[in-house]
Amino acid sequence: MVFIDSIKNGIVIDHISAGLGMKLLEYLDIDTSADTVAVIMNAMSNKYGRKDVVKIENVTDIDLAALGLIDPKATVNYIVDHIISEKINLTVPERVVNIIKCNNPRCVTSIEATAPQLFSLIDKENREYRCEYCDEIISMKGGYSNEFIHRQWFDR
Amino acid sequence: MLKGRDLLEPMDFTTDELMELFKLADKIIENPENYSEACKGKLLATLFYEPSTRTRFSFEAAMLRLGGNVIGFSEANVSSVAKGESISDTIRTVACYVDMAVMRHPKEGAPIVAAACTDMPIINAGDGGHHHPTQTLTDLFTIWKEKGGFDNMTVGFCGDLKFGRTVHSLIKALSRYENVSFILISPEELVIPDYVRKEILIKEKIHFKEVENMQEALPILDILYMTRVQRERFFNEEDYVRLKDRYILDGAKMKLAKDDMMVLHPLPRVNEISVEVDEDPRALYFKQAKNGMFIRMALILSLLGIETQNETQEV
Repeated sequence: MVFIDSIKNGIVIDHISAGLGMKLLEYLDIDTSADTVAVIMNAMSNKYGRKDVVKIENVTDIDLAALGLIDPKATVNYIVDHIISEKINLTVPERVVNIIKCNNPRCVTSIEATAPQLFSLIDKENREYRCEYCDEIISMKGGYSNEFIHRQWFDR
Repeated sequence: MLKGRDLLEPMDFTTDELMELFKLADKIIENPENYSEACKGKLLATLFYEPSTRTRFSFEAAMLRLGGNVIGFSEANVSSVAKGESISDTIRTVACYVDMAVMRHPKEGAPIVAAACTDMPIINAGDGGHHHPTQTLTDLFTIWKEKGGFDNMTVGFCGDLKFGRTVHSLIKALSRYENVSFILISPEELVIPDYVRKEILIKEKIHFKEVENMQEALPILDILYMTRVQRERFFNEEDYVRLKDRYILDGAKMKLAKDDMMVLHPLPRVNEISVEVDEDPRALYFKQAKNGMFIRMALILSLLGIETQNETQEV
């Protein structure tokens, strides 16, 4: 058994599908964080069997759409003075803006740096998205390879 | 009302709006002199980041025949693009000088970027292997003129269905009409992209069949849309050489087709239609090219919101 201290203020991203915790950290650009971050991988879960958990001290301004894109099964708990003040079940976002990059080398976003990366949901069950520029279809289920646009919101 | 709008992909206009364009193009064909000064004082920019003869000439001829003027570039290396300028900066600058712009670009979705940074109408004249909506207007206008409508057609597409943007655009546009079915003839390597199959054909429950053999499809087709295997879309020359002559429509194969089957081709042709077919009355690709100029004239007039005296009287 591994014990991780509870956090006083911040967020706990719970019920992350086992294995997706690292994807989520990749988006959060955790290397640049000055705050305490705890990552628990393959923890026991009554709901899913195994799960990942991420705890971040002193951070609450998190993009729920982005997390929903990576893992809609996860839940976000906002912690204030060691107590859960709010619990949010993530959903699959209808539109994602500047979270992932289009993989298609023929897409205009590969050369136009200022164009926002825009994807629209076309199949909720398979979490398939269409690039609004080139129509490339990507699935966020399983082993997707799209590069994340890092938020860098730890640079405060 | 199309005034001030963009044409970025074939579904941007409703079927009613398309019909208005076809009727206007038909009027222009009947009485071109009524429109010869309609765009006097108007300036069209042709921004061709990728070489094109046919489409660029067609747009330039269309604007000049409407009495307007044209400025532009015909390849990216002679423009400020060669200096590294972004699409959005180029468009913002060009918009200071002209009334509308036609854009061809090798990158897919480039006209969407252009349209997002200006109020002037942007026309997509081809974005990579993606869309070519004015070719679609040309194709639809030709079908409408020859067949009188679009319902209940069996349409065959043959050749490069993967990179053939005219194919993707026309499938999308035709899928809005009643009881249209498609036979998609291509080698395995050049089948239609997933987004066309999933988002249009399967989603809209359109009847379609993917085959490799052209002869088995020919007898049931009302329209055969031939395409060129495009060398410029291949990363690997060997693949191009292996696939380029896979389908050749010749006189013998035409004997398998219906007496009123239309043969269309966006041109330029290389080997995929033998020249002997040109004499066949079912071969309509050169007529199609001519129609392209008239439908572009109708498009320019409509996006600029210009009503000729002729039209106003009729209204």
